[in-house]
Amino acid sequence: MATESAAATAAPAKKGLWAWVNKRLPVDEFVAEQLTGYYAPKNFNIWYFFGSLAGVVLVLQLLTGIFLTMFYKPGELTSFDSVEYIMREVNFGWLIRYLHSTGASAFFIVVYLHMFRAFLYGSYKKPRELLWLLGMLVYLVLMAEAFMGYVLPWGNMSFWGAQVIVNLFGTIPAIGPGLVEWIRGDYGIADATLSRFFALHVVALPLGLLLVVALHLVALRRTGSNNPDGIEIKEKLGADGKPLDGIPFHPYYTVKDIFGIGVFFILLAIVVFFVPTLGGLFLEAPNFDPANPMSTPEHIAPVWYFTPYYAILRAVPDQRLGALLMGLAVISFLFVPWLDRSPVKSMRYRGWLSRTMLALFVVSFIALGYLGLQPAEGLYVMLARIFAAVYFAFFWLMPIYTSIDKVRPVPERVTYHAH
Amino acid sequence: MADHAVVAGEPVDMGRRKFLTRATAATGAVGAAFALVPFIESWAPSERARAQGAPTELDLSKLEPGQMTTTVWRRSPIYVVRRTPDMVKRIAGHDADLKDPNSDKSEQPAYAKNPVRARSAEYLVLVGTCTHLGCLPKQRFAEGELYPSWPGGFFCPCHGSRFDLAGRVFQGSPASINLRVPPYSYPNERTLLVGGDEKGAA
Repeated sequence: MATESAAATAAPAKKGLWAWVNKRLPVDEFVAEQLTGYYAPKNFNIWYFFGSLAGVVLVLQLLTGIFLTMFYKPGELTSFDSVEYIMREVNFGWLIRYLHSTGASAFFIVVYLHMFRAFLYGSYKKPRELLWLLGMLVYLVLMAEAFMGYVLPWGNMSFWGAQVIVNLFGTIPAIGPGLVEWIRGDYGIADATLSRFFALHVVALPLGLLLVVALHLVALRRTGSNNPDGIEIKEKLGADGKPLDGIPFHPYYTVKDIFGIGVFFILLAIVVFFVPTLGGLFLEAPNFDPANPMSTPEHIAPVWYFTPYYAILRAVPDQRLGALLMGLAVISFLFVPWLDRSPVKSMRYRGWLSRTMLALFVVSFIALGYLGLQPAEGLYVMLARIFAAVYFAFFWLMPIYTSIDKVRPVPERVTYHAH
Repeated sequence: MADHAVVAGEPVDMGRRKFLTRATAATGAVGAAFALVPFIESWAPSERARAQGAPTELDLSKLEPGQMTTTVWRRSPIYVVRRTPDMVKRIAGHDADLKDPNSDKSEQPAYAKNPVRARSAEYLVLVGTCTHLGCLPKQRFAEGELYPSWPGGFFCPCHGSRFDLAGRVFQGSPASINLRVPPYSYPNERTLLVGGDEKGAA
């Protein structure tokens, strides 16, 4: 149906420069197919802001990142000083850097909320399994990108964070130690490591990120968005062949998203201008000291968006098993489309069992995030073990509890109240 | 040239075509794999990094009994402890609390695979990075410093791994193996050479 409407808009033989362009580059056709002719469910709620917000943050990171590379000098002897130079002497350098560092945390906030939305409404279920996998790929690349970006200022937490994370690869049997040396390019975290992380952070990973984001969007265009009721709007078409419960993405959702973007930038500005380190959560205190290979910070913790996994790593009294469980905690997400056996998508029509498990998962994810920031001792480790068990139960007991859960009938059409 | 022309009506040999396509693709894949070698190899430690990883000497004459000093070899801190007879005594007696009391799973040269994990009981030489994830364990040499039954040793502040005065890891630590012992030797009685022994440079 999208192609028909495209043909309809493109049909009248226009004259002039715009027609000349369109004969050679399908601009009008693209807009008609992808924006004005793309029908999205009309019952989107607040949870549907975060996809477009992630795109906006990506642009923010690219823009501020490009400007940071103009002043930053990668190298053992230059990195820390050049970041201080940006903060103190480059005009508005502080603003560009704080936008980039806050943007990194904002990226994870919107991505986590975007993922939660998928859990809430079963957006990963058939026919959107690949859409979910591509989204998870975005998340994995983003994690690598964020980790390497955190190493670049070459503060003491950068150094020791890199040390701990790179050493995780050393737990792989047989090839581990050689692999670690290969990643570092030296016998310790060194100039060689910093330089290659810079190349990956600034060139390779952003290119990869743009590619998987593009694939994520292409997959979305193929299946169309899910919605809070978990109903396929393509199954109820009107006489004109358009979904009865759909509205054109442009202008309806572009306008809605612009409102969301406005609210987002107000919140971002509050952090950037008033609390750019957010009490050590967005930028950790030890990173204001230069990297020192001879002095470990008293307490090593990654930035908040990695702490749930870090808590799981530390909860296990065996390094190989700990690293393995940490990896499993991340890749468990990939299997969700096949672990979920519920006949309905949305939590609106699922029973108390699925809802409780999702609530427990959210609680355990946040609790692990908190525990990953605390020292690894006594009660904290015990709690981390309990919440890690809940975390894994959510994923790996899913085939059981989603099949026995009582579901309610799903309505024919989406629930929608005009405002 | 007429020999090579497709003869009308003669069927195309699909089996032959498939074989040739696959053989070409496989050859191309091997070539692509070889083309990756220089890129992968470029990440290995450079000649300069290797040269800077040469053995390093330490003057032992200024180290008093009971003291520890730190030197650097291959970007890792090397802990050198001059153990007193009392400290040596405190290495024994807690084998049951250790994960690897006989250093069977741990990494050390053959001459350090013994109860004191050293060439001689007096000097302990260790790679000062935690075998868990590479933080620097801190010295906690005094008896009872961490808890009443603590025999003295090292404590890693990152994830709480504990090691005794021979660098052997205690049960309940996230680290699984003892602190590493680097290859080392004594070119003369006042000098320690880290990174080199009878077998040459590591």
